[in-house]
Amino acid sequence: MTPMTRKATRHISQNEGLIFEKSSPGKAAFKLPPLDVPEVDTAKLLGESERKDLGNMPEVSEIEIIRHFTRLSTWNYAIDLGMYPLGSCTMKYNPRVNEAVTRLPGLANGHPYQPEKISQGALRIIKTLSECLTEITGMDAITLQPAAGAHGELTGLLLVRGYLQSKGNPRKKILIPDSAHGTNPATAATVGYAVENLKSNSLGMVDIPSLAAQMNEDVAALMLTNPNTLGVFEQEIHKIAELMHAKGGLLYMDGANMNALVGKARPGDFGVDVMHLNLHKTFSTPHGGGGPGSGPVAVKKFLEPFLPKPVIVTKADGTLGFDYNRPQSVGRVRVFYGNFGMFTRALAYILANGPDGLRQTTEDAVLNANYIRKGLEGVYDLPYSTPSMHEVVFSDKLQAKQGVKTGDIAKRLIDYGFHPYTVSFPLIVHGTLMIEPTESESKEELDLFIEAMRSIAQEVQEEPGTVLEAPHNTRVSRLDEVAAARKPVLRWKPTA
Amino acid sequence: MRYLPKSPADREAMLEAIGARSINDLFEPIPGQYRLKRDLKVPRQMAESEIMDWFDQCSRENGDEYSIFLGAGAYYHYRPVIIDSLISRGEFLTAYTPYQPEVSQGTLQSIFEFQTMICELTGMEVANASMYDGSTASTEAVLMATRLTGRRSVTVARSIHPEYREVLETYALNQGIPLSTVSFGENGGVNLKGLQKSFTPDTACVLIQSPNFFGTIEDVAAIAEMAHKHGALLVVAISEAVSLGIVEPPRQADIIAMEAQSFGVPLGFGGPYCGVISTREQHMRQMPGRLVGQATDRKGKRGFVLTLATREQHIRREKATSNICTNQALVALMANIFMTVYGKVGLKELAKQNLAKTAYAATRFGKHAKVLFPSAPRFNEFVVQTKEDPYAINHRLLGHKVVGGFPLKKFFPELGNAALWCCTEMTSRTAIDTAVGVLAESEATEPARETAGVAR
Repeated sequence: MTPMTRKATRHISQNEGLIFEKSSPGKAAFKLPPLDVPEVDTAKLLGESERKDLGNMPEVSEIEIIRHFTRLSTWNYAIDLGMYPLGSCTMKYNPRVNEAVTRLPGLANGHPYQPEKISQGALRIIKTLSECLTEITGMDAITLQPAAGAHGELTGLLLVRGYLQSKGNPRKKILIPDSAHGTNPATAATVGYAVENLKSNSLGMVDIPSLAAQMNEDVAALMLTNPNTLGVFEQEIHKIAELMHAKGGLLYMDGANMNALVGKARPGDFGVDVMHLNLHKTFSTPHGGGGPGSGPVAVKKFLEPFLPKPVIVTKADGTLGFDYNRPQSVGRVRVFYGNFGMFTRALAYILANGPDGLRQTTEDAVLNANYIRKGLEGVYDLPYSTPSMHEVVFSDKLQAKQGVKTGDIAKRLIDYGFHPYTVSFPLIVHGTLMIEPTESESKEELDLFIEAMRSIAQEVQEEPGTVLEAPHNTRVSRLDEVAAARKPVLRWKPTA
Repeated sequence: MRYLPKSPADREAMLEAIGARSINDLFEPIPGQYRLKRDLKVPRQMAESEIMDWFDQCSRENGDEYSIFLGAGAYYHYRPVIIDSLISRGEFLTAYTPYQPEVSQGTLQSIFEFQTMICELTGMEVANASMYDGSTASTEAVLMATRLTGRRSVTVARSIHPEYREVLETYALNQGIPLSTVSFGENGGVNLKGLQKSFTPDTACVLIQSPNFFGTIEDVAAIAEMAHKHGALLVVAISEAVSLGIVEPPRQADIIAMEAQSFGVPLGFGGPYCGVISTREQHMRQMPGRLVGQATDRKGKRGFVLTLATREQHIRREKATSNICTNQALVALMANIFMTVYGKVGLKELAKQNLAKTAYAATRFGKHAKVLFPSAPRFNEFVVQTKEDPYAINHRLLGHKVVGGFPLKKFFPELGNAALWCCTEMTSRTAIDTAVGVLAESEATEPARETAGVAR
């Protein structure tokens, strides 16, 4: 095995069992204050509904809990440790001031049903963020209610359906390019639409003649990611919008890749009618190991009456409030108003950047992707030579000749101190390596990444076994996922 | 810009390496007429201290330092400080969904523990890694029931959280799922006679909540028996998770859709919260959302992976069980730490304190107004009916730094001047006595009347 590059080194990590394996009766990590009201007889109050036993819930002390979760945490890779180049995931730095403002007591302890009179602070945050996001997207109105990107897609298509229904016919189909993320077709089905695939042309863009042929009065909308999942900007976007609008269809934009556009181009200016944003991608709210996210949906004026209720309004006396009287609204997609804690974070990010910072951020994100592309071109196959925006997609064609696939290269990258790129997506590229560095990487980190990827390519030629058996330095390696799915063990049980 | 790790010289060097003259070359793919040639109209770049000041002002204008008697799906419980210490670790906070198990064992093992504890508390066999929240989890659980039974229509208890019902209505409308509603009886629980009449051969499931929106604990066994007799499933929503410490879980249910916010998640003006679905093993392949399973690596070492992915959107696309992708992992971790801190003994003691506060408050309120649904057991919420409009009472309470109960007129006009009050372990006896005192002022002297023109 060849030595690692300059980035990674071996490091001791602690073993740690499941919390249940540390539990024993009589240990405790809690202490309740004395009760200031009379004790109650629970049996009398609850009768047969009284619970007697809490099963195998743990009993441990506070220090054990701290060590338990701290040890577990050290088994994770994270943005805070280094580059996390997952394509289409936008793993950028999560600023800590975002966390601090979210924990201010009036915001963290604000109850969603407290009177509007004492909710003006929260309402102002919602209003300010809404205004920033409509300006950034070039749209006219927005809802912050959806809890995640896929939830935003669902809301967006509900709006499409509501609008078309009001015109007399909700239509039957949604067109989705073959390069789309899996949530797009799943969402269309959830809203009761059939899905029709749209093929890409040789440049990796929407094939205009195919779109013209497939677009008709049965099609409600086209769901388009732009830049698309190849990191390519749909240069004929105006033609796409025209084709959709000419036959009464709508153009939906999946904003997953908005990090390539903020401050440089606005979807509202290039014909998009409705789109969602991912605050956990473009606007720096933390991914937290898989959520929470937030998926605001921005729309053109004609869709505003259909937004989920409530919407925020300025009242006659100048204070802010919620308007529930929205007869054309598609309804509610979530209890309360959305993931408010993500709104505070996203707004803190926007305020920290300002117009100049947001533009510079986008420019750096695109610069970084192109720098990687330049550094790895020729070493890895580039299936589409179309210019890249914020991410670049290679394939494993050159390495597959040695029997090494993208998944193996990804695992080997772990040994070099990086998180893998995205491996199994987009589906239109066989053996894809989808790399999105974001703006958060320095030139030094990018150089290390390029060096690691080049070194792995060399290993593939000289000692493919090293790559095929990677990762070598992790706690566990190549877990048997097939066996895990065949006989699922989804919870701990005490041994008899 | 302070988040960007590049000097002007770095940018120059990188452009040169790429072979671009200026950064604008890289934006050439965007047609010229769509390139923005002005600054975005957003506030100017702020220093960190200015950002803190701006939000601090918002925080102060947001009901800081009030005693609250609001529940209704969002509960104010104490949050042990180690929750934030631990979730603030960058390795949890700034990691992605654990698709690469070798570098995600921390997240994966903690989710496996979360799934286990949710199973223990709900009395079910499997639980998922989380959903967005209780409202969407309930909706997804209902959709799951339609897939499991192959039936289409759904009976919904009127005593569930009204906004949960609204979310379900939104989804059901576009999937062609007919919803019928069953009312509540004199004890605030599902009207069993009404329920009996609601079944048709196409009824996929009954959706109830327990403790329900009024705090009443439903007769789950009777409802389950009725549903099962008609070949339908029972879906139970739980919005106040702390109840599980002292209230028998709805073991007779087929699917439980829970909101775990009470487990250490801040109120945060309504989110992010943490939904979760638990069910019987036989139903797991129709369950939406991520699942973590135990696995072994090539050396036989125990580890954890995301599993049963063939249910999910990235594999199944339009045939997936749900379009859900991101869930609420970090919030699930908060709940996980909370459950671990309180554990087997603490959860019970905590729930008991909630019960005692509520019993005290309900008794005190009952001396001056009517506490509805007295005959059924309840957890930490109760409905108080007054002569005076609850908005007017609440208006006066604000002057005493107290936020009163949730007025029910909007959702339950048939209850008249009624409000839903909630006590937790955080509610002090002093606050209860203050609220009762203010409410008593009008109840003793004034006849029933409407108070027009009082702002919410």
